[in-house]
Amino acid sequence: MPNKERPALVQGNIACGYGALAAGCSFFGGYPITPSTEIAEFMARELPKRGGKFIQMEDEMGSLAAVIGASIAGAKAMTATSGPGFSLMQEHIGFAYITETPIVVVNVMRGGPSTGLPTMTSQSDTLQAGFGTHGDYYAVAFAPSSVQEVFEYTVKAFNAAEFLQTPVVLLMDETLAHMREKFIYPPTDSIEVINRKKPETPFAWFKRFEMTPDCISDFPAFGDGYRYHITGLVHDPMGFPTAVSSEIVKSAEKLRDKILIHKDRFTYYEKFMTDDAIWLIIAFGTAARSAKQAVIEARHHRMKVGLLQLYTIWPFPDELIAELSRNVEGIVVAEMNMGQLIREVKKACPRKLPILGANRYDGVLITPDEIIHSLKAVHGSKEK
Amino acid sequence: MGPKSPIYDYLRYKKKFPTVWCPGCGIGTIMGAIIRAVMSLGYDKNDVVMVSGIGCSSRMPAYVDFNTLHTTHGRAIAFATGIKLAKPHLKLIVVTGDGDGLAIGGNHFIHAARRNIDITHILINNSIYGMTGGQYSPTTPRRAFAYTAPYGNIEPDFDVVELGIAAGASFVARTAVYHIIQMGKIIEKALKHKGYSLVDVISQCPVLYGRLNKMRSPVEMLLWQKEHTVDIKVAAKKSPEELEGKYIVGIFKDDPDMPEYVSEYQKLIDSLKE
Repeated sequence: MPNKERPALVQGNIACGYGALAAGCSFFGGYPITPSTEIAEFMARELPKRGGKFIQMEDEMGSLAAVIGASIAGAKAMTATSGPGFSLMQEHIGFAYITETPIVVVNVMRGGPSTGLPTMTSQSDTLQAGFGTHGDYYAVAFAPSSVQEVFEYTVKAFNAAEFLQTPVVLLMDETLAHMREKFIYPPTDSIEVINRKKPETPFAWFKRFEMTPDCISDFPAFGDGYRYHITGLVHDPMGFPTAVSSEIVKSAEKLRDKILIHKDRFTYYEKFMTDDAIWLIIAFGTAARSAKQAVIEARHHRMKVGLLQLYTIWPFPDELIAELSRNVEGIVVAEMNMGQLIREVKKACPRKLPILGANRYDGVLITPDEIIHSLKAVHGSKEK
Repeated sequence: MGPKSPIYDYLRYKKKFPTVWCPGCGIGTIMGAIIRAVMSLGYDKNDVVMVSGIGCSSRMPAYVDFNTLHTTHGRAIAFATGIKLAKPHLKLIVVTGDGDGLAIGGNHFIHAARRNIDITHILINNSIYGMTGGQYSPTTPRRAFAYTAPYGNIEPDFDVVELGIAAGASFVARTAVYHIIQMGKIIEKALKHKGYSLVDVISQCPVLYGRLNKMRSPVEMLLWQKEHTVDIKVAAKKSPEELEGKYIVGIFKDDPDMPEYVSEYQKLIDSLKE
């Protein structure tokens, strides 16, 4: 294990595997797909050594079904996939959401739609991670940008999933997944691990989906002696299907409020040179690393630029964007797609500002120069 | 049979009854048979998990007092696979229909059978999509009518038993709602069997299949089952011509020695400890 005395050169996908094990993951169900497969291979190797289980299912729908089943039986469970597989999994992400089942879905983004660019990088599933399943849905998705952060945010993804009892998506991209960087395994006692809330009430009084002030209900595993019903139908606090208006509304609002009440706790971001910035770049994932370099280079040219790097993509941190936009004259959203997060940024800005995208969608990592080019354009648009 | 009958201990009768099933439907009879099999085997209810997909048959878990999971269309077996792997001591009963289990869920079915994972799969086969109102399924016979086969079905149907054996299930049987005693015995054996146990239960849907195929009453449909089923021992003495159009019922395969998936996985874990 790479530790402080002995750091190692580790691939992003492998760091994801280390993170999952550190968080207590004991079940992986998956289906081979580039560029995420190394995560499955790592888990196939490591889980049985620790008494955990790995299964290669017959397709991605089956993978996520097995993962949800394992979670209901009490295991911390995950899958890893990429574009087409992520599309196939959407129905079960919705199922995990409505049944309040904690699972972690890693989506290593490649170019799309369809088979797209299987071996090239992209951030074009960003909106899909937020709105991919049918029905009203409040998603949780994190996006790390370095190998070390992949470890950290895989643990955080499990913690958020377990705490909120909801599916959490870890958005990586091909660059991050296959890049090898210095990685230090942090001291085990420094890693915070959160487990789902277990019941203290006896079975007779137990309600799996009970309305609570913080919208978090007790979640015993199947086999723990609490026999209850789980369904993908809209259900009452006992878990049985309902068609009563008041219960339908309460159930939908519980799922929403559960995410929104705890939004601050799971909103992760980093500000870089934003204190005196009059131009702001917003980016996430590997694009944020190019953006950071763009800030450094622009500062050499006396442009007062800062970076807001988002680690939490969903729920989108509207308040944070609104607050930061107050003191700037223009924003550039750098992302490796045709402009997805920029829509959210525009919605979140309370006043009219020039907001431009720095976009690249040819399967290649965006460069600092391209971001600076957009910075100059946003700068120019203000002067006109 | 009043609420004092022991079967009530296994039903959520105070909360969920009456059921959604139409008058004359066969699913309730099958539910009764499953519960009686669990009772006679003396399983602890806390150890029994019933998983289903989508369709009429898939509403069954809501009515029984086990750990119950009503999942997405066709995927019940894949959910059950995850539960069984994570907690191997649990008894997994998967209930599917013919559309749910063989069309949208066909892939999960054959692969679970291939793994020979210890799950009991009760396939309630009424040859029609009931919940959506009467469309043809992979087991609708040729020339039978359905709302999506208004001129008669031109597709051949699956033989569930042959499919299960070919896919690698270690216990494969067929029975019918009419043969209630046989059904109970077969389900009990299927539950006891360690490995993938598949039970194809011919059931009746008088409201849709029956109405469209000139068997409007449940009694007519049950008599059809009586006339069109032949016990496997009797069938062995008959010619192929005599068996034309008949469904053989009984146990086709019962192999306790085939390696079971979860046990194999445990062996793998144990070997890595050494």
